[in-house]
Amino acid sequence: MFARVAFLPVAVVFAVSVLFAMYLWQVGPGGKDISTLPSALIDKPVPEFELAPIEGRQLGLKSSDLKSAGLSLVNVWASWCPPCRVEHPYLMSLAEKGVTIFGINYRDKPADALRFLKSLGDPYKRIGADTTGRVSIDWGIYGYPETFLVDRTGRIRYRHVGPISPQVIETVLNPLMDKIAAK
Amino acid sequence: MKITVLSLILFVTPALAIQPDEILKDTVLEERARVISKELRCLVCQNQSIDDSDAPLARDLRVLVRERLQAGESNEEVINFVVDRYGDFVLLRPPVKASTLVLWLSPVAALIVGIFLLLTWFRKQKQLVPVQAKPLSEEEKKKLQAAFKRDEG
Repeated sequence: MFARVAFLPVAVVFAVSVLFAMYLWQVGPGGKDISTLPSALIDKPVPEFELAPIEGRQLGLKSSDLKSAGLSLVNVWASWCPPCRVEHPYLMSLAEKGVTIFGINYRDKPADALRFLKSLGDPYKRIGADTTGRVSIDWGIYGYPETFLVDRTGRIRYRHVGPISPQVIETVLNPLMDKIAAK
Repeated sequence: MKITVLSLILFVTPALAIQPDEILKDTVLEERARVISKELRCLVCQNQSIDDSDAPLARDLRVLVRERLQAGESNEEVINFVVDRYGDFVLLRPPVKASTLVLWLSPVAALIVGIFLLLTWFRKQKQLVPVQAKPLSEEEKKKLQAAFKRDEG
């Protein structure tokens, strides 16, 4: 009897250690990164907003643009954000393949943002300048860059925190876009 | 002198992240803003409240909380506004819900398991019967006496 009970604490300690190890390396079940949060806005319509263009550009961004564009990506970026530079080539290639990408330029100096687009290319159909960060709060943004997948009714279907990579495009975005487009 | 320095050290409070220009003139509203800020997690540095954090997002949220209070919203309305955008994780004290039940019940479960283990251990202790020593045989007694005698001699 006692031998059977004595193994229980060992099992508990083992289970807790496994849990701690998962948190230490930030891996959830199925290899998911558990440090990123689920968006509170999934399957909800995009927040109402209207942003002026980056100074020196023509087109700003407002919520109704997202409702009339078909399936689109909304990418929150800034010229001062290093991971935004890392993901930029992949946004460019998505745009070349015909994916509609909108930009929210977060707390940037217009001159810096324009220089960024001039040197690295401009994949965005329209860009709104969020100079105060207020619209980003409405989108629940906490890390840069973030990318949202918005369906043609203007509903947020997916949120990716951090830079887009070929792997993310291949394993997450493409299948999801195909699935939504098929409906 | 020493005492003055010591008492000064004792009364030092941790530096606040809040900037002077954020503080509201209305002390009642400011007090409420501080209470709310302590409840909200800074999502950039996830184990700090927005009241403690220097992150720009924390600052934006502090300003937002104060603006909404000035617009006449209740503490609850302000907190719900932020939760609507960032989800329950933004609350440093998670609400009791179906999805957080495991979180709330696990300490209770751990306590129950602990009590159960202690009880079984105590019961086991009680069941142990002290071993009765067999009385010495005649031969052993003789040997013992012989040993005592040898010692005295």
